[in-house]
Amino acid sequence: MQYKHKNLLGIEPLDKVEIEQILDGAKIFKELCAGNNKKFPALRGKLILNLFMENSTRTRSSFEIAEKRLGADILNFSASASSLTKGESFYDTIKTLESMEPHIVVMRHSSPGSAKFLADNIDASVANAGDGPHEHPTQALLDAFTIREKLGTLTGLKIVIAGDIAHSRVTRSNIFLLTKMGNDVVLSGPATLIPREIEGMNVRVETDFDKAIEDADVVMMLRIQKERQKESFFPSLEEFNMLYGLSRERVKRLKKNGIVMHPGPINRGVEINSEVADGPRSVILEQVSNGISIRMAVLYLLAGGKINELTH
Amino acid sequence: MNLLIKNGHVINPDSGLDKVLDILIVDGRVEQIDVNLDESTVDKVIDATGMIVAPGFVDAHAHLREPGNERAETMESGCKSAMNGGFTTVTAMPNTNPCMDNAAIVALVREKAQRAGYAKVCPVGAVSKSRAGHELAAIGEMVQEGIVAISDDGNPVATSELLRKALEYSLLFGIPLMEHAEELTLTRGAVMNEDFMSTKLGLKGMPTVAEDIIVSRDIILNRYVKAWLHISHLSSAYSLDMVRRAKDRGEHVTTEVTPHHLFFNDTALETFDTNFIMKPPIRIEADRLAMIEGVKDGTIDCIATDHAPHPHEHKKCEIDICAFGIIGFETAIPAVLDSLYHQHNVPLKRIVECMSTNPAKIIGMKDDRLRVGKKADITIFSTDREIVIDPEKFKSRSRNTPFKCLKLKGSPEYAIRGTRVVKCDVGESQV
Repeated sequence: MQYKHKNLLGIEPLDKVEIEQILDGAKIFKELCAGNNKKFPALRGKLILNLFMENSTRTRSSFEIAEKRLGADILNFSASASSLTKGESFYDTIKTLESMEPHIVVMRHSSPGSAKFLADNIDASVANAGDGPHEHPTQALLDAFTIREKLGTLTGLKIVIAGDIAHSRVTRSNIFLLTKMGNDVVLSGPATLIPREIEGMNVRVETDFDKAIEDADVVMMLRIQKERQKESFFPSLEEFNMLYGLSRERVKRLKKNGIVMHPGPINRGVEINSEVADGPRSVILEQVSNGISIRMAVLYLLAGGKINELTH
Repeated sequence: MNLLIKNGHVINPDSGLDKVLDILIVDGRVEQIDVNLDESTVDKVIDATGMIVAPGFVDAHAHLREPGNERAETMESGCKSAMNGGFTTVTAMPNTNPCMDNAAIVALVREKAQRAGYAKVCPVGAVSKSRAGHELAAIGEMVQEGIVAISDDGNPVATSELLRKALEYSLLFGIPLMEHAEELTLTRGAVMNEDFMSTKLGLKGMPTVAEDIIVSRDIILNRYVKAWLHISHLSSAYSLDMVRRAKDRGEHVTTEVTPHHLFFNDTALETFDTNFIMKPPIRIEADRLAMIEGVKDGTIDCIATDHAPHPHEHKKCEIDICAFGIIGFETAIPAVLDSLYHQHNVPLKRIVECMSTNPAKIIGMKDDRLRVGKKADITIFSTDREIVIDPEKFKSRSRNTPFKCLKLKGSPEYAIRGTRVVKCDVGESQV
């Protein structure tokens, strides 16, 4: 089976079957890489350009490892987000990159829609590594992969996403994915951090965090950026922790086998307390390693690979 | 030169004309309006059979960018663009560089427009010096040079105190204060309307309440001062209702809506096309439908384009740093006819009022157009010609339009001002 899109710009355009195809591919890659030989050079001779116009150590490293395991040639291209008054325009950056004839461009950019803009203006396939607060599809895929692996299913679950919903690049992709797969998605956080009319995305909003996590199968905590306090989204980090921090006591409200997730980097003592982050329910570090398998699958599919041709 | 407009359906809400007539124009003046005028002695005949002939269309809200941003538009290209779109008179908003806050810039703008010799340009002076919101601009001197209104457009009038004084001061001249209603602390960093769509796309939203708060402040102050408040580019249903109630109370409040707010809703943003980025933003469908009701019931006085040219590179970029605004002269008539006339059954007379006679009154033009003995000032349009909008045919220097390649029913045909006769051409005819 072949991936039928040229790009991976987001989860929204994908259907259930396509999502499962990527997750299945990642499962095979994870198994392939479980031994000592982690090299699977399906992308030998392909040039992958990592264009990070916004800082991201984790996503970038994860993509790089995936690319290396697949044997691709890699070029890292850092550029600061453009402005109209100084520096090169985004469009000119894209055209310059196009001349380097990459097969795939992986991009992180602060502006929503920038991945589409890139894809519209370049021949290469585009893997969106986060376009502002819009989509971050590989994060949602690795989250889904982790949930499926830990709980054995990816449907009919109660999944809570909590914290800074408004500014999160992780939320929207996760909402698209988890609702498509038939889960009950509940968002929790102060109303200042929950964008208006988000219920229209087939989710529930419960501002009372204790109520929200009652009997949840999964709780995903989002990173709180400390500067949000200065913008009056909440009065203090301490108060945020009191109302929305995931503590040991709160974790007891989850289902018996419920898991705790976080896209990282975590703020200990803000959205998540140490004893929870390091506790038995936490799958935070597994998310990180699963990210590599997901990105291998995505890059493999974007390069035209077929999942059923992968052999153990 | 003699020009005969033959068999056009003449609609002039001011004189009450509403029937098929011929119009003879001699040396730029209307000589005769009657049936079956003789065409054997004229130099040129425009066969207007099946077309509407109206007093020249007037755009009460446009940015012509000169001085300061001639890469986007000049007086000459702007005036040609206006006539190519069917407008014979347009305003020039004061957010130029330097700002049109003094008589010298007003004189420069008028002179450049006259030299171009296409559409008539009526400058709008700034309310405050440099539109900075601190001190009143030289309004009296600018009135002497011919401004028709005052506005800090691009910004709202900064404070209640300044607004009060500007309204009081404007009483002396009887001109409207045109308000850009945007409460800036609620729209900082925002690019589109705040609602489900902005949430889904992860774009920062401008809530309608940012408009409503300023409209409300302005109506309250205008009621107190008893001046003339004109709300520019209205887009919120709640604001529309406030204007409706102010009018019911007999207060002097007028307002306008743009063709794009009548035509699009915020779902268009799903394309991330920067040509859907403007202020105020295109709103949700309920707001759009409310605007159409406002046109029908007379709450909205006129349709104004907010023509806002920008150089290519200011739109061909990331959506959250692109320039706000779109060009509007050359798509207004197709957009309005397609939406209002064909889809929402707004009568042609009402459309002519909103695009010609009402804006003419708002900018203080005499009620003497399309009458025998007066200078020719005529717009001819077709309600039934379908065109596919082609920006390469535009006379504007800029191309920032969301109407590109749209098939619209209705088109501008001719714009006539004095001896200047422009055959409009904004898209490919569909057979």
